[in-house]
Amino acid sequence: MGFLDINNVTKSYGAVEVLHKVDIAVEEGEFLVLVGPSGCGKSTLLNMIAGLEDITSGEIGINGRVVNGVHPSNRNIAMVFQSYALYPNMTVGQNITFGLEMHGVPKPERDKAMNDVAKLLQIEQLLDRKPGQLSGGQRQRVAMGRALVRDPDVFLFDEPLSNLDAKLRVDMRTEIKKLHEKLKTTIVYVTHDQIEAMTLSTRIAVMYEGYVQQLGTPKEIYDTPANLFVATFMGSPAMNIMNAKVVMKDGRPHASLVTSEGGEALLPFSQDNMSEWDDKEVLLGIRPEAITDPDGADRKSSNVVALENRIIVTEPAGSDTFVTTNLGGKDVISRLRADVPVSAGEMFGFAVNMEKAVAFDPATEKRIEG
Amino acid sequence: MMSAAQSQSVRTGRITRTFIYVFLLVASLFYLLPFFIMLVNSVKPLSEITGGNMMALPQVFTLEPWAAAWSSAQVGVEPTGLRPYFWNSIKMVVPAVFISTVLGALNGYILTKWRFRGDTILFGLMLFSCFIPFQIVLIPMARILGILGLSGSTYGLILVHVVYGIGFSTLYFRNYYAAFPTELVRAAQIDGAGFFQIFRRIMLPSSGPIIVVCVIWQFTNIWNDFLFGASFASGSGAPMTVALNNLVQSSTGVKEYNVHFAGAILAALPTLLVYIVAGRFFVRGLMAGSVKG
Repeated sequence: MGFLDINNVTKSYGAVEVLHKVDIAVEEGEFLVLVGPSGCGKSTLLNMIAGLEDITSGEIGINGRVVNGVHPSNRNIAMVFQSYALYPNMTVGQNITFGLEMHGVPKPERDKAMNDVAKLLQIEQLLDRKPGQLSGGQRQRVAMGRALVRDPDVFLFDEPLSNLDAKLRVDMRTEIKKLHEKLKTTIVYVTHDQIEAMTLSTRIAVMYEGYVQQLGTPKEIYDTPANLFVATFMGSPAMNIMNAKVVMKDGRPHASLVTSEGGEALLPFSQDNMSEWDDKEVLLGIRPEAITDPDGADRKSSNVVALENRIIVTEPAGSDTFVTTNLGGKDVISRLRADVPVSAGEMFGFAVNMEKAVAFDPATEKRIEG
Repeated sequence: MMSAAQSQSVRTGRITRTFIYVFLLVASLFYLLPFFIMLVNSVKPLSEITGGNMMALPQVFTLEPWAAAWSSAQVGVEPTGLRPYFWNSIKMVVPAVFISTVLGALNGYILTKWRFRGDTILFGLMLFSCFIPFQIVLIPMARILGILGLSGSTYGLILVHVVYGIGFSTLYFRNYYAAFPTELVRAAQIDGAGFFQIFRRIMLPSSGPIIVVCVIWQFTNIWNDFLFGASFASGSGAPMTVALNNLVQSSTGVKEYNVHFAGAILAALPTLLVYIVAGRFFVRGLMAGSVKG
């Protein structure tokens, strides 16, 4: 039983079920991020927590109370919308205190709460302005102020950063994280940006086609993705997925892949139970940063193997150089240190950190537990 | 403002420009000429009209016809002038415009922000009322007013105009609110505002332009209506338009054309005034949502 309890919740529109038996228990003070592509049901789930959409079946509980059918204003939640949804006809101050006014809080208390929040978010000088006179970042702050002033049990964020330009987005991301660390509030945050999900959350629920594909800490999601979708959705550039065959050599399971030159590369698995897959096809998943130049390889890893392959494209990104090669029949992106001298068409000796490699069952697309 | 307008206009040659100005001048003369004739003849003694040129400027300037039209001319059988009927019209127009605008705004708010099964069909049906000719409803309407005990009264006319006006006012507000962000309504719901609080505190304060459009439209239509006025309000309860007709049709004595002209201008004055006061908002409201910024 969590602080925010999402228990077997489904949502249907007519005969179409868009959310299938979602089960998430959020502890007090947790920062849960719902992440997934458009149409995966993450915003629907958020709206159901807020009470803006009905729950078809199942239960949602907040702070030990089932809130099915409870009006949004009586759930003790606050929401920050994608468009910020600031009331255009009211000043910033009126925007922040509107909720308190509707709940019958007397004016002196409202003003005190408003001033506290304005101070916290450093928007004191904006209180008399209208939303139309504010910049995107300022509106974002006001929207957060409006949520904070209510002192709710749960904060709901619906893609709050997607309307900001790239630089401001990174700044505000840090601000939100700081705010969470300072106030220790319970937050449910919806985004389609996997970097936001990784950086902000204490736990992530990766959603796709109405199912929670995986629920776990950012590290669990990143290192041990439950299935092919999670593996390729989280991480940028995406995890490389290659066709490989499991072969036994020296009593250890190896992944056999076709190199760019048509030869065979043998990469030893760190997971011993891969021997059960002897002589079978698997999908091998290796993240770009685990295929690197030998000097950039993880020194703590006990399973780094050398691999000669031909470079097809190099993409210097400043901080790193991304190199595309062909391995296991697929274009594979590897992440080299910025100053490694490489050029297209050359052969290059890569270092592959097989400790970080994962394998997927081609039939079910689920990760093979190791 | 000026520079923006200039930069938006298409560059044209001198000949084209001259043609445009001449054409506009002719068009405005064409429209202003009848008004000019009415104005000029309303300040002449009757003898100047009957004895000569309608186009000529008055040789003797007099406001006598205006005073007569307002307070002493023969309307039907009573020499009351148009004054009581003017107030009849005001008493009809103001509540009718107010009620139909408020109801239209409520309808628009519900049809866009509180969607329910069949709402588009309902909206489609309401739009029908914009296209139903007045004549068709005369008899059923008379029957209903009779049942309600409102025949021949100003209240009856208010009811008729509200019912007829709701179609248009709903159309205006629904289309305006369709572009109004629903997230604002949701935010207000979470803030604890109820149905009417959201309407009054969030929707209405942002509806200025469309309210102006709706008020001008309803005011003009209801003020200028003759058929309903003639059908459902008779005698001393008649609105201005019907009274004007009675004034012109009164067959006792000579036709006082100058009084008729003055009366006609009096009847048109309120709508003219509404346009002058709120006209610039009218275009702005019609354009709202179609242009960004």
